[in-house]
Amino acid sequence: MELDFGPAVRDFRDELRDWLADHLVGEFAGHRGVGGPTDGAAWEVRLAWDRELSAGNWLGVGWPGEYGGRGLGLLEEIVFEYEYARVNAPYRATVNALDLLGPMLLKVGAEEQKKRFLPPILAVEELWGQGFSEPGAGSDLASVRTRAEREGEQWVVSGQKVWTSFGIHADWLYVLARTDPDSVRHKGLTMLLLPTDQPGVEIRPIRNLAGQDEFAEVFLSDARTGADMVVGEVGQGWRTAMATLGIERGTTLLPQQLTFEREAEALIDRARERGALDDPMLRRQIIDAWISVRIMRTTNLRTIAELTAGRTPGAQATTAKLYASTRHQQLGHLAQELAGPAGQIVGEDYGLDTRQRSFLLSLAETIYGGSSEIQRNIIGEQVLGLPKEPRP
Amino acid sequence: MDLTFTQEQDELRKVVRSFLAKYSDEAAVRRLAADPKGHDDLLWHRMAGELGLQGLAVPEEYGGSGFGYVDIGIVFEEAGRALLCGPYFATVALAAEALLRCDDEQARRDLLPGIASGGTVATLALTEDTGRWDEPGIRLTAHDTASGWQLTGTKTYVPDGHLADLLLVAARTPAGVSLFAVDAADAPGLARTPLPTLDQTRKQARLEFADTPARLLGTEGTAWPALRRTLATASVLLAAEQVGGAAAALDAAVDYAGIRVQYGRPIGSFQGIKHKCADMLTDIESARSAAYGGLWALDAGDETEIAVAAALAHVFCSEAFTRVAGDNIQVHGGIGFTWEHPAHLYFKRAKSSEALLGPPSYHRELLAARLGI
Repeated sequence: MELDFGPAVRDFRDELRDWLADHLVGEFAGHRGVGGPTDGAAWEVRLAWDRELSAGNWLGVGWPGEYGGRGLGLLEEIVFEYEYARVNAPYRATVNALDLLGPMLLKVGAEEQKKRFLPPILAVEELWGQGFSEPGAGSDLASVRTRAEREGEQWVVSGQKVWTSFGIHADWLYVLARTDPDSVRHKGLTMLLLPTDQPGVEIRPIRNLAGQDEFAEVFLSDARTGADMVVGEVGQGWRTAMATLGIERGTTLLPQQLTFEREAEALIDRARERGALDDPMLRRQIIDAWISVRIMRTTNLRTIAELTAGRTPGAQATTAKLYASTRHQQLGHLAQELAGPAGQIVGEDYGLDTRQRSFLLSLAETIYGGSSEIQRNIIGEQVLGLPKEPRP
Repeated sequence: MDLTFTQEQDELRKVVRSFLAKYSDEAAVRRLAADPKGHDDLLWHRMAGELGLQGLAVPEEYGGSGFGYVDIGIVFEEAGRALLCGPYFATVALAAEALLRCDDEQARRDLLPGIASGGTVATLALTEDTGRWDEPGIRLTAHDTASGWQLTGTKTYVPDGHLADLLLVAARTPAGVSLFAVDAADAPGLARTPLPTLDQTRKQARLEFADTPARLLGTEGTAWPALRRTLATASVLLAAEQVGGAAAALDAAVDYAGIRVQYGRPIGSFQGIKHKCADMLTDIESARSAAYGGLWALDAGDETEIAVAAALAHVFCSEAFTRVAGDNIQVHGGIGFTWEHPAHLYFKRAKSSEALLGPPSYHRELLAARLGI
């Protein structure tokens, strides 16, 4: 099955294919497949690639023209992600602002905020970090303790954030803070945009298990931002954050799943070279790995078809992440087994090959964006309507 | 290709679901399961007369209404949900499909209208004592006599073979595998024995042929590709049925988990149960993708894709239905282990579906062969 949405979208696709063929060359071509949602490696090259995309007007395909986007629709956005993943282009350094902050501002931001912040995102002039999680909170975003107090025309923010994606490179953070000191859980939270270039903000990289500085911890001590930097309403930060996370689920699985397909094909090739296809136990696992990536593809196509037909996506849109993250880890274990002893050797400075990196980073897929346990709670309570757990 | 359901298809699903909720409720399923014949003539004629379900995918020129495979897949999904008993799968997924695939226009004109109207119950007799669903498994022989073709040998594990009016029989001639039609009503030398089945909702029979007259369909010795394709289609439709059965099992588990109280709370509020139900849904939605992928491939008509998607659907949906139906018993605890509770009916249907058309291990190899693995 291939995506085909008619002649207009086909023209768009062909233009994009040509552009990618012309520009994904030289240094950039050498970085095909580099990066991932949690990968900070080769930052400068990736940033340069984002600027190349920006120059071609390929960032923000679905964003309105007045903010620097192309003003195209969901179909084109999907085709963009699909073709982009098909040629295995480097993972975008600006993906955080493109997939989360930008859509959030477009949805609930004030007009001045859109004008101020959206164009520099598309021009790769300002980089953004996400400040939702806190130490000890994990998937429980509602337990936010970072506090913000109004002082004249400013908010004064103190607290600590962690797992801040793209944090060490961020010029700005979007931060969920408690603005009502007497509030509990998801009430009394506010979404604030906060510049990092000030004495009250200290950002330290955190090294992940693959050896990369992919995210950061952020210490806020009387950090300041303007009163006009509230996204949505004061006290409605939870709603703003949830809207953002909802956007993230939409089409982001598609490129990931194309990467998994490539990994499955590589795994089969490797097994063939090694003669492992004759081993009945391995054989079964290999076939099942192929089946699972094909199922991911069909599941995503179902969701995309529903989105583009203007229908509310079915339950598969909620179960897809749980399935994909679990199966991708199994794929990684199998790939490592098929690699044999060579799979245990890394390059200088803990340099990992694509397979090793993908395998190790897959351990995060069942944690970020809501752990698998949280996913199961969401499926159980919100999709199946099972009774909620008693909560304090 | 449209990868989502249309409003008309949503409507079809609704109509079939409410029809089956009325006529294939638990009482009806239990009654037919306990009956060795397992077939309700009145229900069968209602299915044909009120909804045209037997002829849905039969082209209009042969008396059907010419819908696509996605439409017929919706019906099978709902049939699985309702655990519909009777020869619907045998007649529609196996026999009608075999007639459509065999190269015999006259046979289609003669035999399909009866199926479409609900007048003919039909099945495909392929498996023998080895239980194999592949070409080498076909051993029963056909011989050409002065008075026409005659069949001699045994077929067994034949779905609804004890009551079908029309038997499509795979047999071997000196030229190779060939397909024959036998009018079972008054066929000389035909002995039919119902087989007591583990899954009482899906009946099987043993058929003995002794110089039984038969009509050759298409060209002698060329039937295997058509049969292979028939089995691929049937695998996809079975997968849709399996998805429906699994969805019904999950619904039952979720309902029970919401009302059954232990330790002062509904058990569905405990993560042990909640997460099991979430995994069941993930299995079902993944199985849906497998089955729908097969239906889209059938409607698109790409033979390579059909072979891949059909084998994949059989493997995944068979195993998913069995897991989900088994988990439903676990969620219900002791009550789920009783004869009185319907949970075992779904579990047994899952196991019989898994074995129907060959086990998952066989379909894994079909898939691997197609992929060059």
